[in-house]
Amino acid sequence: MAVSAENKRRLVTAALVGPAAVWLFTFLVLPFTAVVIFAFGERAPEGGYQPAFTLAQFANLGARSAAFANTLTLAPIGALACLLIAYPVAYYLAIKADQKYRMLLISLIVIPFWTSMLVRTYAWMYLLGARGIPHLFELAGIDDVRLLNTPGAVLLGIVYGYLPLMILPIYVSLEKLDRRLLDASADLGASPVSTFFGVTLPLSLPGVMTGVALVTILLLGEYLIPQLLGGGKVFFIGNALVDLFLQSRNWPFGSAIAVTLVVVVVAVLLVAMRIAWRVSGSRQVDLI
Amino acid sequence: MRALVFALYLFLYAPIALVVLFSFNSGRNASELVGFSTQWYGRALSNPFLMDALQTSLIVAFTSASLAAIFGTMAAIGLERLGQRTRAVFDGLLSAAIVVPGVVIGIATLVALVELFSFLNPAIAAVWPGTDPPKLGLGYGSIVAAHGLFTMALVTMIVRARLASLGRDIIDASSDLYATPLTTFREIVLPQIAPSILAGFLLAFTFSFDDFIIAFFVAGSRTTLPMYVFASIRRGITPEINAIATIVLVASLVLIVMARFLTREKKLKSGAVLQKA
Repeated sequence: MAVSAENKRRLVTAALVGPAAVWLFTFLVLPFTAVVIFAFGERAPEGGYQPAFTLAQFANLGARSAAFANTLTLAPIGALACLLIAYPVAYYLAIKADQKYRMLLISLIVIPFWTSMLVRTYAWMYLLGARGIPHLFELAGIDDVRLLNTPGAVLLGIVYGYLPLMILPIYVSLEKLDRRLLDASADLGASPVSTFFGVTLPLSLPGVMTGVALVTILLLGEYLIPQLLGGGKVFFIGNALVDLFLQSRNWPFGSAIAVTLVVVVVAVLLVAMRIAWRVSGSRQVDLI
Repeated sequence: MRALVFALYLFLYAPIALVVLFSFNSGRNASELVGFSTQWYGRALSNPFLMDALQTSLIVAFTSASLAAIFGTMAAIGLERLGQRTRAVFDGLLSAAIVVPGVVIGIATLVALVELFSFLNPAIAAVWPGTDPPKLGLGYGSIVAAHGLFTMALVTMIVRARLASLGRDIIDASSDLYATPLTTFREIVLPQIAPSILAGFLLAFTFSFDDFIIAFFVAGSRTTLPMYVFASIRRGITPEINAIATIVLVASLVLIVMARFLTREKKLKSGAVLQKA
């Protein structure tokens, strides 16, 4: 039986996308559907899930309000802290730094992001722990300095972990900036400060938006940093989820929290895309 | 300004450098450098639990990154040929795979697989002819599946960006010269996207090798290297952890530097092709 050219083309296309489609369906669509179904169920007496249709799990979200409050305050604050440090650095690298060393300098910023987050967070646990910086204070005669297991320690870990991810998109948007605009602004008598606020900053806003959105979204699902540097005192939604699924085995309640977390992530993403659309005047937003 | 940027590099590298420094400390005390020693490395390398975790991590990272590179590349090529609506659905799912937090991916995979197995295992036992039916459970397969979800989407994005930047004219020229689509792919497209595929593979490997939170949920009785490190940290900080951390650091450093080198090479090569053409 002869296969027509059109059918053959279809077969090849199906063979190419098939495995990825099956993977996405089996390990993303199906599991997430299960989580949504679980969120409307009840906890079985011995833990796990038992079929039901109730909104009780969502009504109970307040029981974990501390985790939500910590996440929803420290994630945006962390992103903002990253931004405040990242912008001048990205500006220096994109505009002031010697072109010869630019690639090297930016590589040195990106590399830590791709090395183990666990090890990098551990490094701060080591530094802030009793035998680290507090020990130095002790030698100087100042006792009882507690750094670990405080919101400040978590914030420090956040900035340390996510700074590279904030620098990169801002750097890219500043690097694309047409230098002649800066010269034109100066020629027309604008001071460096008003050139910055009138030209450079508005043109780099898409990069800023990308960075803030990326870091905020990743922080909303963070687990390791609050776990290691917050020591059970400053915990995030991620920590509540680990507790509910692996310790107390309350799967339906955990599922309701997971669904809520995804809704928050999607909401942040949509708002970021809307703002980015407005500042850049195009729908083209390279969030990833 | 220059001083500020210098301070930033110090901030980024000093904590890691300190861990590396103390991994060579001969003393037990975490705040005093006594002398040089590689004893903690010796101890780490002769720790059977650590070696077992390392082996698990290598197997999982290699398998998931290979599958992600192959299927991701195939999807990137195939997506161009799909109708607009199907492609939009596919794009949505790929973005979801990247955006959904790892902790949720871990939970969802755990919940779905546990339910699936509790349904399948009795069924298998019922039809199994022997006395000892195989039991499906969490392990290598579930970690590979969950890691592969994110990394496959990552590879698809990377390869697709590269495909989009390929000149259409060079492909048209090839088919004008009577090359079959397969020959055009092998001779023209593949050599140009190969560095991106390899870079995607290395990033996928690094992600899987470093991931803690997803494996934490779906590893079953297996322990990956980050899971082992995490458990050791919770038992208390010892100099041995500094040695293990340094090993992990060096491994991911080698991978990421290779990936960055490859993506840079790509630009040079495509430049050369353009000059020839």
